[in-house]
Amino acid sequence: MKNNILYTITIFSENTVGLLNQVAIIFTRRGLNIETLSVSPSAIKGIHKFTITTFANKEVIDKITKQIDKRVDILKAYYNINEDLIFQEIALYKISTQRLLALNSIEDIIRRYNVRILDMNEVWTVLEKTGHYDETQALFIELSKNIGVLQFIRSGRIAITKSNVERLSEMLSSIKK
Amino acid sequence: MLKDYKSTQLLTGSSILIEAILNENIDIIFGYPGGQAIPIYDALYNYKNKLQHILVRHEQGAVHAAQGYARVTGKVGVVLVTSGPGIANTITGIADAMIDSTPIVVIAGQVPAVLLGTDAFQEIDVIGITQPITKWTHQIRNADEITWAVARAFYIASTGRQGPVVLDITKNAQIAQAVYHPVHINHIRSYIPVPELDIESLQSAADFINQSRKPLALIGQGVILGNAEKELLDFLIYTDIPAASTMLGLSALPSNNPLNIGMLGMHGNLAANLKTNECDVLIAIGMRFDDRVTGDLNTYAKQAKIIHFDIDPSEINKNVKVDIAILGNVKETLPEISKFLKKTSHTDWRDTFKPLLKKEKNVVIKKELYPQTGPLRMGEVVHKISEATAKNAVLVTDVGQNQMMGIRYFKYKQTRSVVTSGGLGTMGFGLPAAIGAKFGVPNRTVCLFVGDGGLQMTIQELGTIMQSNIDIKIILLNNNYLGMVRQWQELFFEKRYSETYMNNPNFVQIASAYNIPGKYVSKREELDETICEMLETKGAYLMEVKVLQTTMVYPMIPAGSCITNMLFGDEK
Repeated sequence: MKNNILYTITIFSENTVGLLNQVAIIFTRRGLNIETLSVSPSAIKGIHKFTITTFANKEVIDKITKQIDKRVDILKAYYNINEDLIFQEIALYKISTQRLLALNSIEDIIRRYNVRILDMNEVWTVLEKTGHYDETQALFIELSKNIGVLQFIRSGRIAITKSNVERLSEMLSSIKK
Repeated sequence: MLKDYKSTQLLTGSSILIEAILNENIDIIFGYPGGQAIPIYDALYNYKNKLQHILVRHEQGAVHAAQGYARVTGKVGVVLVTSGPGIANTITGIADAMIDSTPIVVIAGQVPAVLLGTDAFQEIDVIGITQPITKWTHQIRNADEITWAVARAFYIASTGRQGPVVLDITKNAQIAQAVYHPVHINHIRSYIPVPELDIESLQSAADFINQSRKPLALIGQGVILGNAEKELLDFLIYTDIPAASTMLGLSALPSNNPLNIGMLGMHGNLAANLKTNECDVLIAIGMRFDDRVTGDLNTYAKQAKIIHFDIDPSEINKNVKVDIAILGNVKETLPEISKFLKKTSHTDWRDTFKPLLKKEKNVVIKKELYPQTGPLRMGEVVHKISEATAKNAVLVTDVGQNQMMGIRYFKYKQTRSVVTSGGLGTMGFGLPAAIGAKFGVPNRTVCLFVGDGGLQMTIQELGTIMQSNIDIKIILLNNNYLGMVRQWQELFFEKRYSETYMNNPNFVQIASAYNIPGKYVSKREELDETICEMLETKGAYLMEVKVLQTTMVYPMIPAGSCITNMLFGDEK
């Protein structure tokens, strides 16, 4: 589709059974793919936070966000472009210890990519890198080329807005009024 | 409430369910028993005097009946069915209620909680299946959740933009005992039924209306759902704005009001459609710019400033980009905006509608309503019955040509007089919906117009009519065709009438097997006396009318066309 860019939708919801399905079907109806998805308890007890990224145009993202927001169990849904957000992903890479050592450039990789070693044994080593997609992907490409990656996993995006307060706080305080 | 004697008494989940339903001022439910709902039906046995249960013949019929009941009363329609096939059979009705914003609560039995997810006998994933077509759906697994869930279900179904709610109750929860405390819910923290009013947009909208020389109002079902008929009338009279209605908005404004210029959309009125593309300010009131109303969006009302009153923020800019949105219940927002409005008169503008009304009358309506020769016409039958019931009856339609002729030519004096399947276009809706409507307004005559195709989709509900003695007038407009599809085949598919001819049974005999009197009418001279007989008959009556096989509903905007492109056929 023309003018599609990556949007991040943030959703605050009650933690009820089937909530993810309620959100997913709104994407399904419009034939949109979810690029990344991350769900976890929010700062407010009992309320969960979804962070979803998807490629869409402004008009479509506006409509689906309103349709998500409309669901009874959802407290608030809004969307942002990357420029509005501080966001991060985490990636884990399992590689052969033997080949890593043979490469003789562990220090270089760790410094250049700001990588942590999470676990290590004679057979394999697990590296952890946080960053934007491009950054975790760059490391993946380099490791694939030089060592080979045995297993790889990247999380969905998590994001916070550049504005001071979370919109949910505004909503909850207006409800209390 | 705690002092209530029940507060110390243990009840079964099934009894609590019924107490909780009664607590919502419900006195009628439509349903069909089955394995996983037997405990509820057993409890119902004790409440016969308080809660009337109408036994339908198929669960789809139960939902449409509940819809018919809800549409004429404004109350929540309630359905009770069993698990598996029971709830599966309700899906069409639930989807219909969702797209037409009809408040219903569907309660389904479910297998015991320990069997969930095991492909147990008559188990289906009710939550998964119904989530896309409900406002809210919830599975109850414990007896002590029931009171809360029922109160919440009724609150959600009946507030904000109304809609269907499903409760799925496992059998163990029906059997287990718990203490019953009545509760009433009027707040859910994650749910804002009516958005906050924005005064600034009200003022800007009022400015547009005050400056307008050619305003047009579009009335949707939101007016009826918001009980805002009086507020609408005050608004229209004060501003002297002509108003057209969507199909579901019909009867919000009496047919004979001089400001009422008819219906919008594909088979709507010429003036209503043409003037949409001529007005300078378009005021949409509780409607959602359905594609059957707008036709081609690229040519829809481009010249006009558009003001959209709606309770549902997700409707704003969904189909038509609007200049100003007024969020809220029109019952509140219409009086609010009136504070900023000037009393005006638009006589010159309104006069420009007259030639169009006249043209439609001459080119289409006269031939349809007053034919002298040839086979009987659907329109003339509708018109005669509307006149014979003094425009006081409730119109229920099925879907197709019977529906379009019904809503085009039936007239109304009071609100909530039209029950039809709008958004989903569900054939088979009519008969059960008419049953529900009659229970809602027992003192009004209920006239169902149905085709030979649609009647056979839910014809089993004649059994419900027989068992519960339901007085509805069934007018079968029989052209032995799936007429609307046939019409499209004639116009757009080179007259290739693929699978639209129907070899039909003797409907009068079928009705008679259910003790429902009826008559087959094929001659014009028999029409008046049969209508008379039908209306004088106490109880249900089937009037089968043999109508023109090649019926065409005109005018017509081809799907996706500009709304000014109204076809009149060869009847010019």
